[in-house]
Amino acid sequence: MTTRRRVPRSATLIAGCVLAGLVLAVAVLSFFWLPYAPDDTSGDRLMPPGLPHLLGTDKLGRDLLTQLMIGARVALEAGAGSVLIGGLVGLAGGLAAGFATRWLDDTISALLDILIAFPTVLLAMLVTAAREASLGSAVIAIGLAMSAIVARLTRVLVKRVLAQDFITASRTSGTSWPRIILEHVLPNIWPTLSVNLALQFGLAVLAEASLSYLGLGAPPPNASWGRMLQEAQASVFIAPAGVIAPGVLLVVLVVGVNLIADGVRDVADPTRRRTR
Amino acid sequence: MTVYLLRRTAFLVVSLFLAAVVLFLLLRLLPGDPANALLSVGASPEQVAAARHQIGTDRPLPVQFVSWLGEMSRLDLGTSFVSTLPVGPEIAARLVVTVPLTLLAFLLAVVIAVPVGFVAAYRAGTWYGSVLSALSQLGIAVPVFWVGMLLITVFSLHLGVLPAGGFPQDDWANPGDALTSLTLPVVTIALVMSASLIRYVRSATLDVLGSDYLRTARALGSSFIGAMWRHGLRNAVVPVVSILGIELATTFLGAVVVESVFALPGLGGMLVKGFAQHDYPVIQGILVVSTFAVLLIGFAADLVQRLIDPRLRRSLGGNLSGDGA
Repeated sequence: MTTRRRVPRSATLIAGCVLAGLVLAVAVLSFFWLPYAPDDTSGDRLMPPGLPHLLGTDKLGRDLLTQLMIGARVALEAGAGSVLIGGLVGLAGGLAAGFATRWLDDTISALLDILIAFPTVLLAMLVTAAREASLGSAVIAIGLAMSAIVARLTRVLVKRVLAQDFITASRTSGTSWPRIILEHVLPNIWPTLSVNLALQFGLAVLAEASLSYLGLGAPPPNASWGRMLQEAQASVFIAPAGVIAPGVLLVVLVVGVNLIADGVRDVADPTRRRTR
Repeated sequence: MTVYLLRRTAFLVVSLFLAAVVLFLLLRLLPGDPANALLSVGASPEQVAAARHQIGTDRPLPVQFVSWLGEMSRLDLGTSFVSTLPVGPEIAARLVVTVPLTLLAFLLAVVIAVPVGFVAAYRAGTWYGSVLSALSQLGIAVPVFWVGMLLITVFSLHLGVLPAGGFPQDDWANPGDALTSLTLPVVTIALVMSASLIRYVRSATLDVLGSDYLRTARALGSSFIGAMWRHGLRNAVVPVVSILGIELATTFLGAVVVESVFALPGLGGMLVKGFAQHDYPVIQGILVVSTFAVLLIGFAADLVQRLIDPRLRRSLGGNLSGDGA
């Protein structure tokens, strides 16, 4: 369509952008300014919120706000890295299955079902055992687990597009398969796929937090919200801020990303607007 | 149905076999020689070779795989390197915690999600319909372990009405005690799980409410409740059942994290410890048991779906993933 359409306003989309944007802003700010150095343990232990430590300190005397800001960076890196790996691997696998013969397709589907049955946490433990506990290991594990889900979705979407008449028409007029993928398949599956990837981003952030909580994520001094929660759990009575703040930020980021996904879907697909 | 049952069973067997291959290879890819776990630091090369011979890792991979498969099919899951006890009975003992935890949480989640999801759809557009949707939106964004921590803070530390963790030494000898220690973990999982279930129930209900057959039934004089019972329920249940299968499997495996929060002696705790101690037979045993459990749950969910929905039964030979592509 060449005529310029007015993009419909979506309150969901705006709310999502505000929430996720907040975390993004904090993460960007953390590269230029931090209240304290990340490994500065000069504060008293478990100080309550106030001055000079705005949100107080953790059990090692580190500034909580500083840790939270670095945590925002780690959370976004985990989400983005996982979606990048999961998206690329999943897209490739899904395209292959979508174009494959019946027999190969059934085999790939069976493998995907098994991979999906394999939970992220277990996969992460295996990757961690093979490498070491690090943000990279966590991202690889989450990305691989995600790729099976993305591949399964891509496969269905690709098959649906390939069954359409315009593909046959395009083939008959001599277009090569790679060009068909680029010009017809990808643009047609992208709207649904991108919404799903946004949802996967939120799940990846949660998965990284869980892994860090179990001690399978980024090791110190990288502050991950999941590990901060784990460390603060023992002192929840004395310093409740350490248990509340990282959790709230996690929820803000994930709700924000999910709302963006919902908003984009509503804007892109007018038929859904009435039913929701 | 018989043809489908045969096909689906064949698919299950193939899946189990593939899963076994994947697990076997993954575990062999892990660095560190399992033989080292049997030896002290500074063992001579001869001792290492002897240890390898003892566990059988000096044989070619296919030979190892066949004998491994034999052991697994006899439910012989090997012996722990650390405790030198057989892994199978240990896992069985842990399941006494994990299985009730999973099933109770699953039941509670369904009990919460079905009415809430229905109301959220039936009253979509009103303020409380929106509030319910917003709450479920919030629920899917909350990390499960954080919910657990918050519940512990409120109910154990401040109110002091429920234990913060642990499980009775004598397991279920005193069911009251066991249930008390499972209450918070069950509520934790159920709250988070019901959030995503509510969304599925809501959208399935919305589909039914907007359907032509429901309108027709109403036009023919059926009451709303009667029409929902005869026609709506059957249709709404189909997509929900397939999600339930996935959710049940996820809960079973997600218990790893929640068991850590509440220090429960379940499968999750055993797995975390197994990884920390590089105890390969333990890791392998748990992975085999849980992967097979997940595949069996998927199998059961598919069969139930067929039983409920005659349309799926008629389209025989349709593909097994059930996406109709």
